[in-house]
Amino acid sequence: MSVMAELIDPAVLDRTDVWRVAGLELQSRVLLGTSRYPSLQTLLNALDASGAELVTVAIRRINLADASEDESLLGTVRARGVHLLPNTAGCYTAKEAVLTAQLAREALETNLVKLEVIGDDETLYPDAVQLLKAASELVADGFQVFAYCGDDPITARKLADLGCAAVMPLAAPIGSGMGLVNPYALRIIRELLPDTPLIVDAGLGTASDAARAMELGYDGVLLNTAVARAEHPVLMAEAIRHAVEAGRLAFRAGRIPRRLYAKASTPDTGLIEVDRER
Amino acid sequence: MTELTVSPFSVRVNGDPHDVPSPLTIEGLLRHLGRNPETPGIAVAVNDAVVRRADWAITALADEDRVEIITASQGG
Repeated sequence: MSVMAELIDPAVLDRTDVWRVAGLELQSRVLLGTSRYPSLQTLLNALDASGAELVTVAIRRINLADASEDESLLGTVRARGVHLLPNTAGCYTAKEAVLTAQLAREALETNLVKLEVIGDDETLYPDAVQLLKAASELVADGFQVFAYCGDDPITARKLADLGCAAVMPLAAPIGSGMGLVNPYALRIIRELLPDTPLIVDAGLGTASDAARAMELGYDGVLLNTAVARAEHPVLMAEAIRHAVEAGRLAFRAGRIPRRLYAKASTPDTGLIEVDRER
Repeated sequence: MTELTVSPFSVRVNGDPHDVPSPLTIEGLLRHLGRNPETPGIAVAVNDAVVRRADWAITALADEDRVEIITASQGG
């Protein structure tokens, strides 16, 4: 064993870095959405490439005209051995979101729910009042709530206090690909809630965005459009996997503080002496 | 939801009116729509309340009930 290894806490050297959320023990810190892929096969390949173990799905009316559609997504995604995380996308009120979550629980036999209560169809920003109301009702009803929220630290803290399994502030509006528009607020949320599973959800555009989210100490990232609408979704899924691993490692490694002026990395002792004036 | 009415009657299924025979349970409605009630992955709400799968065979529908039948679909 090297001298270094003896000095380092074995936990730091543990590359498995398992994390826990909602009673699950996960290896992957990527959560992936299943929407907007060019084909079902691309979605499945992207799922594999991302390594995601938690996968979001929506809850929608069955197509009364075509019974063969009922199981098409569910069966194939479930065969991957991933956990399904049904969402309440499209809900504007706590009442709709709660009923959607209850339907999801009945259909998918899971008490996990990605709670999304939006206030506006152009920004898709969450409605904090309805969100908190729905979260409170769903927690009381036994759900493990993954709450999609804005980057307001106070709302995030209230969601954690209500007993949400995970709090998921947005990086930028859903599908915008803008990346981390307010990393300072995300950092404050991390510092306010050191013990709550935190996931950056929505607005990521590419791998470096995912890495930055992880470098802030977030437990995971949830993305969909950045992968599904990339020119090559499967390659992007793989890039995200590497970025999340790299960002996580960098967070654990502990980055150096930023400084305005240079600091020589090469020691300045033992320099030769030259007469600069001649 | 529990009161039986004279046949036929009309229920709204996923937003559209359907004339159905009476009496009719949720299980009967699914069969009427050409669905196998054993199919996993679907759930039913009547008038904004979930009806558990175990109760589909014993829950009778009434005139003008609003029925939602859902499943998982692609989402982010």
